[in-house]
Amino acid sequence: MSDSSAPRVSLFVTCLADLMRPSVAFASIRLLEQAGCIVDVPQRQTCCGQPSYNAGEYASASVLAKQFIEQFEDAQYVVAPSGSCAGMVCEHYPKLLDGEWRQRALALAQKTYELTSFLSDVVQLDKAPAVMTELPTITYHDSCAGLRELGIREQPRELLRKLCQVEVREMQQTEVCCGFGGTFCAKMPEISAKMTDDKLRNATATGAAMLAGGDLGCLLSIAGRARRQGIDIEVRHVAEILAGELYSPAIGEGE
Amino acid sequence: MELQSQHFTRKAVAALADEAAAAQRDAMALFTPVVREAAVQQFGDFEALRQHVKRIRRHSLDNLDYYLARFELEATNNGNQVHYADSASELNSIVLDICQQHDARKVAKGKSMVTEETGLNDYLKRGGLEVIETDLGEYIIQQAGETPSHIVGPALHKSKEQVRELFLEKHALGERELESISDLVGEARSVLRDHFLQADIGIIGANALIAETGYSMLVTNEGNGDLCANLPRVLIICTTLDRILPRGEDATAVQRLLVRSATGQPQTCYTSFYSGPRRETELDGPLETHIVLLDNQRSDILASDYREMLQCIRCGACLNHCPIFTASGGHSYGWVYPGPMGSVLTPLLNSLEDTAALPNACTSCGRCAEVCPADIPLPDLLRDLRHQQSQENIGSPRWRMGLRLHAWVAARPGLYQFLTTRVMSILNKLGRRKGSFHKLPFASGWTDQRDFPSPQGESFMQQYKARRDDRE
Ligand code: SF4
Repeated sequence: MSDSSAPRVSLFVTCLADLMRPSVAFASIRLLEQAGCIVDVPQRQTCCGQPSYNAGEYASASVLAKQFIEQFEDAQYVVAPSGSCAGMVCEHYPKLLDGEWRQRALALAQKTYELTSFLSDVVQLDKAPAVMTELPTITYHDSCAGLRELGIREQPRELLRKLCQVEVREMQQTEVCCGFGGTFCAKMPEISAKMTDDKLRNATATGAAMLAGGDLGCLLSIAGRARRQGIDIEVRHVAEILAGELYSPAIGEGE
Repeated sequence: MELQSQHFTRKAVAALADEAAAAQRDAMALFTPVVREAAVQQFGDFEALRQHVKRIRRHSLDNLDYYLARFELEATNNGNQVHYADSASELNSIVLDICQQHDARKVAKGKSMVTEETGLNDYLKRGGLEVIETDLGEYIIQQAGETPSHIVGPALHKSKEQVRELFLEKHALGERELESISDLVGEARSVLRDHFLQADIGIIGANALIAETGYSMLVTNEGNGDLCANLPRVLIICTTLDRILPRGEDATAVQRLLVRSATGQPQTCYTSFYSGPRRETELDGPLETHIVLLDNQRSDILASDYREMLQCIRCGACLNHCPIFTASGGHSYGWVYPGPMGSVLTPLLNSLEDTAALPNACTSCGRCAEVCPADIPLPDLLRDLRHQQSQENIGSPRWRMGLRLHAWVAARPGLYQFLTTRVMSILNKLGRRKGSFHKLPFASGWTDQRDFPSPQGESFMQQYKARRDDRE
């Protein structure tokens, strides 16, 4: 495709997709291309600085934020398969930085999107890139940053409906945190585990066989707890489902 | 009150192990957001009211000197005696002095978090006074020798059965059933009635101070505040400087926000305005009234980056919506104010060092800030406190150094990709078959309670580069 009017998207891979689950990034590219976008992947991207920022390590976070801005500010659109990473850029960079850098952060925030909101609100993807195989019943975990910082709630549900003909089985307490919270889950593991158990209880009560979500952080933590507790639910990033890329084992599952 | 916040995590783990109490907290966490949401929806444009009150509170705090002086003038003209207390101990000694001047023996107290903060009850007891809490929740925990677990419902951690046992033990009233909640309330009422009639001094708090009239406003559901204020000869109102508002209508605007956010009611049973002592033509009311205005570091907070915290109206909504508060219970926070607002206030009013866990008891989920009627960015303030901790080298050096090392490497893309590629491929080889790790030496915090999912394979960057090179 070389349509000059096609939206040009720079993929913000996010460090978790890069290191833990590349299939999410490949699925994202596939979906964006299906929506008619030209996708590039800035090669020197690493981490947006969110772990440092959340821990109050503002100096380290600023260094990474500036590096990120330099790499992405010439993009037409920046899209990330994560609400919390997109939220870091849109909501928190402008708070973290001042002066000229703050202006540059604000400009970047204007064109940065979480994947499902971009596919739904900006380019209106309505056809799946692959022929869908039979999907199991799905419940959806709204991650807090996506939900509250970026207002993402309907978009992934609508995409699942349109692309996969799947109606999400809603769980109770969808707006309550799953207990991940970045370093929180390792600093206060017992409290975190209680919160994840509540989430898993609400998810399994729907009868769904799969839990989908838009943030790998939450999903890794939920899948890890499900494994530990012997709870049988397949945990996947929504991008993999929408792109029909379900060939790799679900998060935390063996080959 | 003695600070116990150092033990937050340990106490939270213990609180989780008490299954009945944990289930009661879970039930509250399901119920309270629903009633609040219904009340907010019914109101209409709650957000407009929230922003309106926020502007007023900001303006009042920006002009605190002016409005305090005006309040003092008007309140004094109404016949009140206004006192300023810099510190907790100063408030306590002002109150004890007043009690001693009147040869008081018994004090009837309304609910007041400020006097919990200063430890007034113990101080007065040591001064030889009998102090009776008259708010039902406060009365229950006073009888049980406990502290409040919630700023609005201090005894929410107690079950009906526990209260029944407590009353049977503490009230010498012979054989009786005390089966229903209304039996329990009825018994507390009748026991308290005598105390009200015998008390020499009444002590209450205030939800707002009105500068233009010198009045104070108190919002309650039980009416005990009014009995404390009107039956004893002397009334002492204890509150903090930051309750000040310019006009009467500002106080009622706060009240509308407060009741819906706190209990989901459209109106509490009682909202009272206190002007001062009984006038010559009046038949009842106290003969003498005092207003003690506590600073206790509010001026410092006002001058700091945490000043938004002073806009808090003490509704408790952030507690009710915080899953960490629900998991841990109010007592785990180890001081007067629990939950998100407490995790900000406790370090500011005590020391950052002794309260190090509290600003970390947060996932930044943002639910508290979403419902806070004062629109306080609680997760931001908590993160700023973590920042301050890091600057002052408080908390685990291992975590801090780990995060700094991670950031240092991440700022060098070549090195970052070189290292991560290798680590991920080793982890993948080790974990691919089973899909996750039960134990990982460098992630023991994670694997304490959950498996660590194994990485899928080579990093995305590596795979992407290889595919692109193939194409070229
Ligand atoms: S911080 Fe906000 S939500 Fe929490 S008690 Fe204060 S006013 Fe209420």
